[in-house]
Amino acid sequence: MRRGYLAAGAAALCLTSAAWSLSFTPPEETVPVGLAGDNAELVRVNCAACHSLDYIATQPRKDAAFWKGTVTKMVTVYGAPVEPADGEKIAGILTTLYGQAAPKP
Amino acid sequence: MAHLSRRIFLGQSASALLAAPLLARTGGIGLPFDNGERPLVRYPQKRPMIGLTQRPPQLETPFSVFREGVLTPNDAFFVRYHLSGLPYEIDPATYRLSIGGHVGAPLALSLADLKRDFPVQEIVAVNQCSGNSRGFVEPRVGGGQLGNGAMGNARWRGVSLKALLDKAGVSAGARQVTFNGLDTPPVDSVPDFVKALDIDHARDGEVMVAWAMNGADLPFLNGYPLRLVVPGHFGTYWVKHLHEITVVDAVYDGYWMKTAYRIPDNDCACVPVGGKPDKTRPIGRFPIRSFVTSHASGDTVRAGRATEVKGIAFTGGAVLARVMVSGDGGATWAEARLGADIGRYSFREWRVPLTLPKGDRAIQVRAFATDGETQPLEPLWQPAGYMRNVVETVTVRAL
Repeated sequence: MRRGYLAAGAAALCLTSAAWSLSFTPPEETVPVGLAGDNAELVRVNCAACHSLDYIATQPRKDAAFWKGTVTKMVTVYGAPVEPADGEKIAGILTTLYGQAAPKP
Repeated sequence: MAHLSRRIFLGQSASALLAAPLLARTGGIGLPFDNGERPLVRYPQKRPMIGLTQRPPQLETPFSVFREGVLTPNDAFFVRYHLSGLPYEIDPATYRLSIGGHVGAPLALSLADLKRDFPVQEIVAVNQCSGNSRGFVEPRVGGGQLGNGAMGNARWRGVSLKALLDKAGVSAGARQVTFNGLDTPPVDSVPDFVKALDIDHARDGEVMVAWAMNGADLPFLNGYPLRLVVPGHFGTYWVKHLHEITVVDAVYDGYWMKTAYRIPDNDCACVPVGGKPDKTRPIGRFPIRSFVTSHASGDTVRAGRATEVKGIAFTGGAVLARVMVSGDGGATWAEARLGADIGRYSFREWRVPLTLPKGDRAIQVRAFATDGETQPLEPLWQPAGYMRNVVETVTVRAL
């Protein structure tokens, strides 16, 4: 499942003890505008389980073969638990949103 | 879930709490390629950086930083992770670096042991991401769409890997040494990020385990408390949060060596545009590069009088011979004056006065090494978009 980061509220740096440990909190995660709509729900649910969605949104506009190949790599190389039918749909959504015919932002 | 439990730190008094500001985004920047719009983001210990990805974090150095000096400040140094499970809680008091595998006496060293029991050494060296400048590759290829800011130059302080391996006593038949950091995959099916070097390379005395850069502890996002430093070699080998060194008696065949980070196994590490290599090898040293840092495309300069143009050049270990600069798109070239030599793995500054006539003028820079290595005038191509080192062009308007 997608997780949100707990933002700690304000920048803070505390060094309080000789036996200190380091705690690091990244900023709260955001969803790229292009993947925030209802048409991208399947992408959000599946892809964001493992990585933030800017991995997708920053890719160059490429053809259907690129997006199909990318989804296939996630499943076959990295073992992403995506149903085959959903994989097809995800590749289709990404081709619509980030394919060569997609409108430029 | 692990990623939630490791976040339970509020209320611990004895901790260095590095928390992100509430407003993580401070503006934007446009990298000069299609779909190159990026946010400027705030992370702990970092100034606003070009945000490529959030989980795991990948941050690019704004190119203007390279004007500031030959060393890249820690708070502007680029960040690249592969696996989203970052070790958000690190206790330096209990941190251990293990050296094991094909050795006589396995070690488990504390940070204090490392700093006390081995000769401390320093080296100035560039770290550069294999995919630095990938966004400029045409035709475009998938992967991190970086501008030219996935590189940096720092003075690294630590101990030589050779000293650690000698203490552990490498056994006969050792072939490679593997390096693992504390970062972990989001699911078990994603291979852990482990890299390997040949045993002779690992024992060359230059490869280091570093705890400091530019006189300060490594920032968390640059590998606190320990990272591998592999001078002249791409950043993929510079394993962060390094905690496990293993000597092996075979060529390591993990995913990140055997399948990923491979380049065409030929002299140019390239293939015809759109082609696929017949044979590949692990990526290694950087090819020679140079950049103009004093001016960016779109800047204006005074026409008809000398403008001092400055920049940097670096190699993967070859000795820099000269830097040539053109103000007319490559028709004529002038030799730049080189700055101080602070080591063959460092950025080296250069400067040259150029007098540009009125109009749009393409400034180009090309570095040469003493062994004849130079930058191609036209880009080389490979499917992964690694190792870009074409002659760079900055177009200014002389008024």
